[in-house]
Order: sequence, then structure tokens, then C-alpha cells
Amino acid sequence: MRILTNSNASVDLGGGEDGSRTPLWHSDRCGAATTLRLSGDWTARETGVRTASEVHRILDDAGATTLRIDTSDIGAWDSALIAFLTMLRDAAANGTTRIDGSEAPEAARRLLALTATSLETIDEEKPPISFLTRIGEAYYGALAEAVEIAALVGNTALRAAAAFVRRCQTRAADVAVLVREAGPGALAIVAVVNCLIGAILAFVGAMQLRKFGAGIYVANLVGIAVVREMAAIGTAIVMAGRTGGAYAAHLATMQGNEEIDALNVLGVRIFDFLILPRVAALVAMMPLLYLYGAVTGLAGGFAVSLATLDLTPAQFIGQLRDALDLTQFAIGLTKSVCFAVLVALAACQIGLKAGRSAAAVGHAATSAVVAGIVGVIALDAIFAICANALGI
Amino acid sequence: MTNRSISEWRLEVRNLAVSYGTRSIQHDLDFSVRPRSIFAIMGGSGCGKSTVLRALVGLLRPAAGAILVDGEDYWAADETRHADIGRRFGVLFQSGALWSSMTVAENVALPLRMFTDLSNDAIGILVGLKLSFVGLAAAADRMPAELSGGMRKRAGLARALALDPEVLFFDEPSAGLDPITSRRLDDLILELSHGFGATVVIVSHELPSLFAICDDGVFLDAETKTAIAHGSPRSLRDHCDHPTVRAFMDREQLVAAPAGGLPS
Repeated sequence: MRILTNSNASVDLGGGEDGSRTPLWHSDRCGAATTLRLSGDWTARETGVRTASEVHRILDDAGATTLRIDTSDIGAWDSALIAFLTMLRDAAANGTTRIDGSEAPEAARRLLALTATSLETIDEEKPPISFLTRIGEAYYGALAEAVEIAALVGNTALRAAAAFVRRCQTRAADVAVLVREAGPGALAIVAVVNCLIGAILAFVGAMQLRKFGAGIYVANLVGIAVVREMAAIGTAIVMAGRTGGAYAAHLATMQGNEEIDALNVLGVRIFDFLILPRVAALVAMMPLLYLYGAVTGLAGGFAVSLATLDLTPAQFIGQLRDALDLTQFAIGLTKSVCFAVLVALAACQIGLKAGRSAAAVGHAATSAVVAGIVGVIALDAIFAICANALGI
Repeated sequence: MTNRSISEWRLEVRNLAVSYGTRSIQHDLDFSVRPRSIFAIMGGSGCGKSTVLRALVGLLRPAAGAILVDGEDYWAADETRHADIGRRFGVLFQSGALWSSMTVAENVALPLRMFTDLSNDAIGILVGLKLSFVGLAAAADRMPAELSGGMRKRAGLARALALDPEVLFFDEPSAGLDPITSRRLDDLILELSHGFGATVVIVSHELPSLFAICDDGVFLDAETKTAIAHGSPRSLRDHCDHPTVRAFMDREQLVAAPAGGLPS
């Protein structure tokens, strides 16, 4: 007769302070039969879960005997007991011990039976993907994306042309709502950002130009920089973060709710119904916001210049009028239209391609903002090169 | 199965009224749920069944009345106590409500990680057990988006079982499932609730599953905005004369009769 028990073993007791009794097992080998007597409370939250090593100790000790499970002394039990019995059963399946669980509580046996039957088998996991396969997939993925982007730009041009002859499924009401969100809603933040950019330019310029006694030229610096570059870029970046992110999140959520599928089933052109209104709203609003941003930027520069240099308002404005001509505004306006198309298309494309989960919506919004900001700056660099080549 | 004190009623609903803002959904509800029974909250679409369930599980503060859990007023309890009581509940939401950024196993493990001191190994053992109860042990490392509707519900059930709840709430368990899958889910609910000795509250209008598994219930009416009948779905089918209940219960016969009469 051999006796094995966990009563002296270090047991993870979880917390037995609320009157729970320690779960004990007591294995008693006698001839060809071993009795495993369970007592105490076998509740997962209060008294923890028995480990696989305990199960193996019991089975090693029982050897090639029949292990009879006696639960007559057991107190409260829940999953912890079922987990223990399941481990015992599964481990014994590969060994020599036979388990006799017929005396376990009826409810426990039903639960145990439930774990034995798997409702369905899951098809096996995919084979590991080699490094070369990954490179190939990335290459084809990039290629497909380039084609998709080209198709999107082409589609925009074609459908926009169709919109002018009133042969598209865009709803004017949608455009109106989107215009309101993209335009008036952005006035405050565009003003703040551009005013600060103008002020910073004037401050830095004034510090440097004053050394050469050329403080008056700060008006040229602020004027050209704000009107030609900063108002267009600053406004576009604000809109990429504000409106681009919203477009991507909105379309990604629609994707998750099967709203886009519903439109597709009806045969509504997703492009006309969802993308074109957004592109139109942003293209309509961005140039206006650019002009507004340029004015606030110049105002910021004007205020700082007067505060830091010995200039009169008339001197500054006179100098500004000499520096600026309509060409500068034309360049800025052209850029802002292109930025609007870029931000809106990138956001819509990313939103429509998003997955169907909550995490995918967040990912789509992030990607749209990043793509919008990086795209705007890269496009601006291209504009700078072209303008240089054309000598304007 | 647990040695916690068993009072006569697990849940008692007293003069409960639920509303969204000023719009009243249901009022003057009185019903009690016996421990270990399977209790049905029945009624047509839009009668406020799910809203009542939201009040029961602690998501919507009742406009009036009390909900007693083992004799303790759930909504009058302070915040920690309220959360403690809520942790004795397991809820299966209509579409599973799995957290989409976690694998199935992580979904089941989260309640255990947050509310127990169990070691990682112990949590792994329990998660494997809960998933094997619902037949999803092989899908442990899948993301919810890769599961079918029925699998998602079963994964949700495994998560509801994570903390060995005393009361399980099901919101339309068979909605969106085919009859066979829905039947299997019913059997599973029955087995698990018997096995764990849990009390089950089911919100449903699926007659076959109501008849198959529920042994008590309450019938909510959309017109009068209160309960119009009490009793198990079977006894309401056989003995209730209220016209609304009759119309609801006879729907199955209306559908079943011609189908049976057609030559096959």
C-alpha cells in the first residue's frame, strides 16, 4: 500500500481567506486499484487550479492500475475540478493507467463528456511562409496598389466629368453636409495654425535680417513663404488630420457594418456615392481655407514684425505689395486643390480597403492621416521642382 | 455546486421600470428567477426584452424599482459592490461581442487575468477547458474576424463562462444561426447550466428553443409595456388565453401546420 498526497506539497492556494478549504487529493494504491480521494473546495478563483505536474505525479504513482476517483468528500467545485479531471483523463489516455470516474458527481461527468466531443475540426494551420515568398508577395502587393491608385485617380477624373453633365449618383445633400464639416468647421484651427506659422516666420526672419539692417525685408520673407508655401501646406496638413482621418474612419466603419455591401448590391456606384462627394467637398473648401489661412498667416507675421522691428504698418504693407503678385496666390491655390484631391482620395481609398473589425477602423484612420501628411509634403516638393524648372 | 448560500430566489425583480430618457420601455415588472432554472424573457420584437436584460446585467440603470441578486439590491449597492455582483454574471451578447483585436483564447483569458490571481499556466488550463466545452479548442489562436457566426457565439459563450458565473444571460442566442447550429447551442446551454448549476436568463423569441430549454419565464407586451403572463413557455403555449400570448405562441403552429400538410 502506497500513499501519495498533495497535503504537504506547496500548493498555489490563490486566496483561501474567505473560508474556502484547501483542495486536497490523496492517492492510495492498493494492489491493482488506486483510489484518488478528493476533498476540500475545488474552485478556480478561491483555491486555484492544479498543475499538470501534479497530474503526472498521480499517474506515475498509479502505474498500470485502475485509478478510481472518489469525490465523496469534496466541497464546492467548479471549472477547477473539471480542468483537473480533464487533464487526468487526457494524460492517462497515453499511459497505462485506467481512469474510473463513475463516482464523480453527475454534473461533473456531463461537463467532462462535453470536452471530449469537439463540434468541428478546424482546418489545419497554413504552412510557414518563406522569406522569398514574402518578398514576392510584397512586390506584387505594391504593384497591385500602384495600379489601384492609378485607377482611382483616373476614375476620379472620369466621374467628376460625368458629374458636371449630371450623370452620376452623387446626392447633393451629402455634399452639402460634407462641405459644412470640411469648411466652416475647420475655420478656427486653420486660423490658429496659420497665424502661428506666420508669426514664427516673422520672428525668425526679423532676428536674422536685423543683423544686416534689412529688417524691412521681413515682409518679403513672410509674404512669399506664407502665400506660396506655408498656408497651402499648413492648411492641407490640418485637413489631412482632421477631415482625412474622419473620412477613413467613417468609410471603414461602413465597411464593417456591411453598409458598403448594401450599396453594392443595389448597384449604387460606391465611387459616385461615397468618394466623389468627399473629394468634391474638400476640393471646394481647401482653396477657400487656403486663402483664409494665407490672410491669417500674413496677419500673424504683420503683428510680430511691428512688435519686433521699427516698422510702421504702411511700410510693411507697401513692402508686402511689392513682394507679392497674383502668381504667388495662383501657385498656392493650385497646390491647395491638388492637396485636397490627394488627402480625400487617400483617405477614401484607405477607408474602403479597411478590414471589418474595430481595430481596423483605428488602423485606417491612422494610415489615412499619415498618408495624407506625407503625401502633401512630397507633392509640395514636386511642385517646388516644377516651379523652379518653369522659372516661376 | 458551490457552497454559497442558496436563497429561495437567485434574481428578484420588483416593480422594475426601464426607460430611455423620457421614453418608457417597460414598467411594473415583477418576476423572480429560481436558482438553477432556465428563465425566458419572451415577447415580440421591439417590446423591450433586451432593454430589460440591460438593466438586469447592470448596463442600464432602472428608472424605478429594484433588482435583487440573492436578496441584495444590485442597483443600490455602491460601485465596488455593484462590480462584484456583476462579476458573478456571464453575458453572451447577440453577436458574440468578441474583442476584435484579440485572439479567441485571449478573449477568454482576459476576465481571468483581470479578476483572479491565477498564474499564467492555470489561466491557460482554464481557457483550454472553456474552449473545449464549446468545441473551439482548435480555434484558440484565431482572430474573431476569422470565425463564422456560430463559432463567434460559442467563443462568446466560452468567454461568458470564464469566471464560472452563477447567472448566465443570453441575448437572443439563436439569432442569425441556422436551425441545426441553434439547436446545438441550445443543447450546449442546457448541458453547461446543468453542469455548473448556473441560473440562466434567456431573452428570445425563437419558439423552438424556448420550448426546448426554458422551465420558467415572463412574457412582455409592447402595447401595455408590462408583463402580461408568467410561466414556462410550454405552459403558456398550452394554458394561456391572453390574445397577444396566443398570437405569439401560435405562430409556430401557423407555420408548422401547412408545412406538415404538404406532400413531401
